[in-house]
Amino acid sequence: MNDANTDVIQGTLDMLILKTLSPGPLHGFGIARRVEQISRGVFKVNPGSLLTALQRLERAGWLDAEWRQTENARRAKFYRLTRSGRRQLEIETADWNRRASAIARLLRQEG
Amino acid sequence: MSLWRQVRYGLRGMMRGDAADNDAADEVRQYFEDTVAAWKERGLSDDDARRAARRELGNLTALREQVRSFGWENAVRAFTSDLRYAARQLRHDLGFAVVSILTLALGIGAGTAIFSAVNPILFQPLPYPHANRILAIWNTYHGTRSELAFGTYRELAQRSRSFDAMATFEPWQPAFTGTAHGERLEGQSVSAAFFRVLGVAPVLGRDFRDSEDVFNGPRVVIISDGLWRSRFHGDPAILGRPVKLDGDNFTIVGVMPSRFEDVLAPDAEIWTLAQYDGRRITSDMSGWAWGNHLRIVGRVRPGVTAGAATGELESIAGTPWPQFPRPRWAALRHGLIVDSLQHDIAQTVRPALLAVLLAVLLVLAIACVNVVNLVLARSERRRGEFAVRGALGASRLRIVRQVITENLLLAILGGALGLGLAFAGVRALVALSPPRLPRLDAIAVNAAAFGFALGITAAIGLLTGLIPAMHVSRPELQGTLQQTSRRTAGHPSVIRRALVVTEVALALVLLVGAGLLLHSMRRLLAVQPGFDPSHLLTLEVQTSGHQFDNLPASPGGGDANRRRFYREALEAVRHVPGVEEAAFTSALPLSDDPSWQILYGARFEDEDPQGGHNVIRYAVSPGYCKTMRIPIVSGRCIDERDTESAPPAALLSASFARRQFPAQDPIGKRLHVGPDDRPWYVVVGVVGDVRQTSLALSAPDAVYLSTEQTWFADETLSFVVRTHGEAASLAPVVRSAIWSVDKDQPIVRVATMDALLDVTQAQRSFVLILFEAFGLAALSLAAVGIYGVLAGDVAERTREIGVRAALGASRGSIMRLVLGDGLRLTGLGMLIGICGALCAGRAMATLLYGISYLDWIAWLGVVALLSMVAVIACWIPAWRAACVDPSIALRAE
Repeated sequence: MNDANTDVIQGTLDMLILKTLSPGPLHGFGIARRVEQISRGVFKVNPGSLLTALQRLERAGWLDAEWRQTENARRAKFYRLTRSGRRQLEIETADWNRRASAIARLLRQEG
Repeated sequence: MSLWRQVRYGLRGMMRGDAADNDAADEVRQYFEDTVAAWKERGLSDDDARRAARRELGNLTALREQVRSFGWENAVRAFTSDLRYAARQLRHDLGFAVVSILTLALGIGAGTAIFSAVNPILFQPLPYPHANRILAIWNTYHGTRSELAFGTYRELAQRSRSFDAMATFEPWQPAFTGTAHGERLEGQSVSAAFFRVLGVAPVLGRDFRDSEDVFNGPRVVIISDGLWRSRFHGDPAILGRPVKLDGDNFTIVGVMPSRFEDVLAPDAEIWTLAQYDGRRITSDMSGWAWGNHLRIVGRVRPGVTAGAATGELESIAGTPWPQFPRPRWAALRHGLIVDSLQHDIAQTVRPALLAVLLAVLLVLAIACVNVVNLVLARSERRRGEFAVRGALGASRLRIVRQVITENLLLAILGGALGLGLAFAGVRALVALSPPRLPRLDAIAVNAAAFGFALGITAAIGLLTGLIPAMHVSRPELQGTLQQTSRRTAGHPSVIRRALVVTEVALALVLLVGAGLLLHSMRRLLAVQPGFDPSHLLTLEVQTSGHQFDNLPASPGGGDANRRRFYREALEAVRHVPGVEEAAFTSALPLSDDPSWQILYGARFEDEDPQGGHNVIRYAVSPGYCKTMRIPIVSGRCIDERDTESAPPAALLSASFARRQFPAQDPIGKRLHVGPDDRPWYVVVGVVGDVRQTSLALSAPDAVYLSTEQTWFADETLSFVVRTHGEAASLAPVVRSAIWSVDKDQPIVRVATMDALLDVTQAQRSFVLILFEAFGLAALSLAAVGIYGVLAGDVAERTREIGVRAALGASRGSIMRLVLGDGLRLTGLGMLIGICGALCAGRAMATLLYGISYLDWIAWLGVVALLSMVAVIACWIPAWRAACVDPSIALRAE
C-alpha cells in the first residue's frame, strides 16, 4: 500500500459501501479491501468509521447481516444489500452524479 | 419501517447485552486477523504483520467500544449504569441521602400544599367570565364593611351608568315542609340580575326575569345541580314543577350547571327572587326595604375601568338627589366601600393566608439552603474520587453526567415523597381550614406549584453539585490528588458557613412568628367570655309556616303563636332528664349571627331623638342569665314577672351602663330599643359583659329584653341548655323534645358552646398550627445544617486537631474551639434573623391578640430555644473532635 492514499471523501462512505456490496455479500475487511482496490489505492477506509457505518446502514434497513464461515474457516459477519439498500444506492448515485458533473462544469469554466 | 427496525434492533441489542458485546468483539478481531493476513500476503513476517495491523487499526479495545456504542440503546445502557452507580453511592452515604431526600420532600411538599390551598383564594381568577369586572359594593360602618338597604340598591342601580348589571343578595334558608321533620335548605334571595352579574346562566331552563322581580310576583326558584341530582333524581322534566318551601308553592324554572360555584355563598343550592316592594319606597321608610341587610355585586360595563365605576358610585353616594330620599341609617354619609369581588371574598382571611404563604416560602428557602449545603459538603468529600476518575481517563463530561444523574435521583426521590406529602397536606389543610374560608372546593394540588417547588430545589441541587465536578480539569489533577492525601489545616468553606448563617436567620424569623402567635393564642384562651361555656348545648330553632303570619284579620296573631311555640318547646326541653337549666335568646354569643340581625338602635330618655347607640338586642326567656351563668352586677335578671302585660323591663351590660351613667344608678332609667313609638323600657338590672362575636373582640354594648315584651316575635331563637353530663350527648333527646311540640319546625344548628368557642378561634389556630409545624421543620433543618458543617469541619481537620492534641491542647480547649466556632455562626445568624423578624413581625401585627409584635416573652423564648438546639447540634461534633486520638490522627493518612 502506498502512502499517497487518502481517507474516503466525507459523506460518500455510505454510497461506497452500498456500491461495493452490489455484486454480492462481503465482510467488513472485504469491503475495505474492495474499496481500496477499485479506487486503485486512492481511498483508504478507516476501520472504525467502516464498522460504525455498517451498523448504521444495517439499522437503516439497507443492509442485512449474517454470521458465516469464511474461506479460512473463521466466523465473520457478512453484509448483503437489501432491496431498499439497492434503491438507496440508486438515489445516492444519481445524487452524486448530479453534484459531480456540476463541479466538473464549474471547474471547466474556471479553466 | 426504519423506525420499527431501530426499535427492534435496539431492543434486541439490549436483550442480548453480552452476546452483542461478543459480536462486536468478534467482528473487530476478524477485521484485525484479515488485516494481518493481508500484510503477510505482502511478505511481512508474522510479527511485523501484526505490528502493522495494530498501527492501522489503533487501540482494539477503543475500536470495539466504538462499534458497540452505536444505537440509542447504548445511551440508555450508559444511563442505567450511571443510575445504578448513583444508587450505590447514595446507599453508601445513607445519612446524606436520607437527610437530603427528607429535606427536599419537606420543602416541596409543604410549599406545594400551601400554595395549592392559597392559590384559588388569593390569586386564581374567580370561575366567572371576565371575573375582574365584578365588584362588591358595601356600606361603611365605623370604617368597615356592612350591609346595604334595598332602597340604596335601587338608587345606585338607577343612577349609575358604569354597570352592565347590578344585583342584591342575602341569605335565604327556606324550610322544606311536609317531610318527616322540618329541614332547612341553604340558599340565597337575590334580585333578577344576580346570575347575569356572575356571568353564568342555568344549564337547564332559564334565568330569572326582571318582570318577575316585583312585589307579590310569581314565586320561582333556580336550583343547583347538586340539589337537582340529590332530591329530584336528576329528572330532566323538573322545570315547572312546584316545590313547597316555608309552606308556599314555588316553581322551579332553572338548574345551574354542575361546575357553577357560588363564591358568595358556597353552600347555596337554591335561589329565589327577593321581590322587594319598590312602590312605597320613597314615602314609607320604616319597611323591610330600608333595612340594611343586603349585599350588592355589580358587573362593570366593558370599556369602563373598575376605578371609574368606583368613582361614579362614590359620587352618587356623596350627592343625594331629591327624587331618591334616604332615611338616616341609609344616608351613606361615610360613603361606600367598593372592592373587586376576588379581593372582597378573601378579605378577612388574606392576612392569615399571606402570613402562612410567607412562612412556607421561608421553609422552602431553608430547604434549598440545606440541600445546597449537603450537596456541597458531599462534593468536597468526593473531590478525591473525581480526581482519581479523571486520572483514569474519565472525561469531564462523563463525571458531570455522573453527578447530574446522582442529583437527579435525589431530586426524583425527594420530589415523589414531596408529592405524597403535598396530597396529604392539602387534605389536612382542607380539614383544618377555618370556617368560611372561601372557595374550599376549588382547592386541589396545583401542578404548577409542584413543578415550581420541585424545579427550584432540584435545580439548585443540580447546579451546586456541578461546581466541584467542573473543577476536575487535567492540569489541576495532580494537585487535587496530592491535596486529598494530605488534608492539612483546613480552610473551611466560606460558602457553607454563609449558608448556615442564612439558615439560622431564616429559621429565627419563622420561629419568632410561631412564638408570637403561640403567646397571642395563650392570651386569647385566657379571656373570659363573660359566661360559663362548659356543659352548654345550643340549638338554633327557626319557626316556619303560615300559622306564624301576622294577618290583617288578627294583628299579632302570628307573633302570639310563635311565642307560644317557643314557650312550650322550652318547657319540654326543661323536662328532659339530664337538663339542669334551659333558656333561649335571640342572639347567641360566639355564634356567627350577622350583625344586622342583632344590632338595633337604642336611645335613653334624656338623649337627643336623632342620636342614640347601636346595641345588641338580646330578647331572652326567663332564666337566661342563670342558665348562661352571666353575673348580675345589680338589680335583677329577666324573669317570670316580665310578661306581655307587665311594664317593659330591660337589662344593660356592665360597661355600657358604666359609660352611660358614670355617677348615677342606672336602675330605673328609661330607654327605647328599636322603634320610638313604643312604651319606654325601664332598666331593672345590670349584668356582666359578654363577648358576642369572638373572644378577640371586646364586648359590645348590649340590652336584654324579655321575648314577651319586644315589639316583634323573633323568627329564630337559640336554645341554651345547661346539662349535668356531657353536653353533646343530650342533643338527640333535646331535639326530639322540641319536635314533640311541633315536628315541622327546623332545628338549624346544634352545637356545644365549646365547639362554637373553637370555631371563633379557628382561623387563629389554623395559622398557629401551620406556623408551629413550619417552625419545627425550620428548627430541625437549621440544626442539621449546623451539625453538618461542623461535623464536616471536624472530619477535615482531624489531622490539625491531632497535632493540637499532641502539642498539649486539652480536651476542653479543643471542644471550646469547635463549639465556639459553631456558636459564632449561630449567633451571627440569629442577629441577622432578628432584623428580619422585626420586619416580618410588624406585618404580622394584625394576626396578634393582646400582645405587641415586640412581645419580649416570645422573642426571648425563641432565642433560647434556637440557642439550645444550636448548642446540641454543635456539641456532638465538638465531642467527637475532643475524642480524636493524636497518634491515630497523625498516622491516619
